[in-house]
Amino acid sequence: MPTTIDLESLGFDNGGHLLVDRALAGLDPGERLVVRGRHPALGVHLAAWCRAEGHRLDPDAAAPTIVRGSADRDRWRGAPRAGRTAADVVPRASREWGLAARSALVEPGGPALSVDWVDRDLVWADIAPQLYAQATANQWDPATAVDWTAAGSVPDDVEDAVVQVMTFLVENEQAALMIPARLLSRLHPHYREVMQLLAAQAADEARHLEVFTRRGLMHRDRLGLSGAGGRASLQTLLEEPDFTLASFLLSVLGEGSFLDLLHFLHRHAPDRVTADVTRLAARDEARHVAFGVAHTAHVVRADPGFLHRLRTAVERRHAALADTAGLNKQVFDALVVLAAGSWEPAAIARGWQDVLRLQQAMDSGRRRRLEYIGFPDDEAAALSALHTRNFM
Amino acid sequence: MSRTLLLGAVAYDPKVVTIWTGFRSWFAERGLDLDYVLYSHYERQVEDLLAGRIDLAWNSPLAWIRAERLARARGLELRTVAMRDTDRDLTSVIVVRAEADLHSPADLRGRTVATGAIDSPQATLLPLALLRGAGVAPTDVDLLRFDVGVGLHGDHIGGERDAAAALLAGRADAACLIDASLLLFGRDGTLPSASVRVLAQTEPYDHCNMSVGPAADRALVDHFGELLLSMSYADDSARPLLDLEGLKEWLPGRTDRYAALDGAVTDTGFYLPDGTLGADDYRP
Ligand SMILES: [Fe+2]
Ligand SMILES: [Fe+2]
Repeated sequence: MPTTIDLESLGFDNGGHLLVDRALAGLDPGERLVVRGRHPALGVHLAAWCRAEGHRLDPDAAAPTIVRGSADRDRWRGAPRAGRTAADVVPRASREWGLAARSALVEPGGPALSVDWVDRDLVWADIAPQLYAQATANQWDPATAVDWTAAGSVPDDVEDAVVQVMTFLVENEQAALMIPARLLSRLHPHYREVMQLLAAQAADEARHLEVFTRRGLMHRDRLGLSGAGGRASLQTLLEEPDFTLASFLLSVLGEGSFLDLLHFLHRHAPDRVTADVTRLAARDEARHVAFGVAHTAHVVRADPGFLHRLRTAVERRHAALADTAGLNKQVFDALVVLAAGSWEPAAIARGWQDVLRLQQAMDSGRRRRLEYIGFPDDEAAALSALHTRNFM
Repeated sequence: MSRTLLLGAVAYDPKVVTIWTGFRSWFAERGLDLDYVLYSHYERQVEDLLAGRIDLAWNSPLAWIRAERLARARGLELRTVAMRDTDRDLTSVIVVRAEADLHSPADLRGRTVATGAIDSPQATLLPLALLRGAGVAPTDVDLLRFDVGVGLHGDHIGGERDAAAALLAGRADAACLIDASLLLFGRDGTLPSASVRVLAQTEPYDHCNMSVGPAADRALVDHFGELLLSMSYADDSARPLLDLEGLKEWLPGRTDRYAALDGAVTDTGFYLPDGTLGADDYRP
């Protein structure tokens, strides 16, 4: 007695094939399925459908009878799974998986994905999923997170310093936005938490751009000066093609130092808006630094020889920037004025000392992170000293 | 270098380039040098096949009928090396609106019957032969012919779609379709569920085949046929090509299910016995 299915009045013009497919799923190729039903065109539909699907309709059977074909199974024969879970990402993702979701069954034969990074240990950090969750939980709206009406009155000559510092920050944020955006587009989506985190990072930087620009233009109709040396320094970051080296130079050393700068600006902010925007940006930057450090440490754990490449990257960048001025004079002076809060000689002396302390804080932060990654302390000190004078 | 096998195909759709370029490299990887020529309609392809300008022709059933007639008239022999699993045992149907008071082909006398293009075996020639067999001559009905893609022998589905739309809109009392189009139009909403009823259905017939020209190198063609029949749907290098060309499996060609179409061609004088074009208003 062959398997029988009754479609009642359901036709193939109303989804009848779903029931037939479901019944065929339980049969092996060559086995028969009798299809009963009252739809007037059932016979015509069934013949055309079987032909298209690679089944056969037995011409000699009294009731419409499908002889099951194998095309549907052939399509999935040898189909691989696109890896497993976030907790269990594979060491090497296949480009043949294309855009298939992680853990999906992948029909072979689709176009291969053109991405550069397919190796877990070149892009991953175990903390990436948590950092991504944190990043989405901590997104803020520039329109409401900052009280833009709390403009306050800042003396004109201190406002000049604020505008110059904001000009510098915007320049840095632009580089910080472009780099994760470039990296994430070259990454295999199997490591999607890293991709998502980089996307959130790019969104963070987009907000930073906005709030720093807005603060810079709050009392002025244009921004300040852009020094050639500062731009040259940032551009060396954009030109780094390697994922880990780019992440290391940008997030560990650059954003690590930047974090101290934002804390400094928050402390010395002459008005509420400046205090708000630097505080909000610093919170995001801490997350960017955390991924850079965790990822670089992950790579070094997998391959201690990578320390050498990190060292070379710092030295190469230092050499490339040896002939430039580094931080422009106007930015440095503006930081002193901000810390001083006025142009009184005694205040300027205090401000000068504060900026020196800022640089020391940046240095010790860099050394701490370099040691965490795996550098011995003397080497960490030497590398920190080679970091760009432009902070980022 | 081995000799090139030259195949003709009709470019009824831009995807034809993708298909035969894909087959060409699939064969090249297996050491067979296949190249292809595209035609804008079947008539020139058939003439070139007989003239030995191409070795193989991916022929519509109507093109096969004509090629056979031309060959016979010249004392030449034709054969076919393969066909798709989907080329076997097709049927055409004549459908009417579900509520129409039409119950047999004879009821269509004096009514408007929508068909596909003049050269469509499935949507014109075979259904009209079915009517003739039931005693309804083409002159007994008003024919509403949708000449979309003339020369493509019905490969373009546009004429059938127009016929179905005319039926639904009341501009025709019946429409002629291939069974697969009835299924497709039922599923894509062109013919809403329960809107039409099958009035008559033809006997099963076969569709396209890979025809071999009289001058083709026999051993080379046989090798081509073996490779073609070895293509497996389980092989992901072949499957995308099979999907595009609309089959799961190549089968040996057979030529014994073209009799109904041959009869229709004779009755209408679409082609003359020697294979010359006979229909006055056929302009491929
Ligand atoms: Fe930022
Ligand atoms: Fe950042």
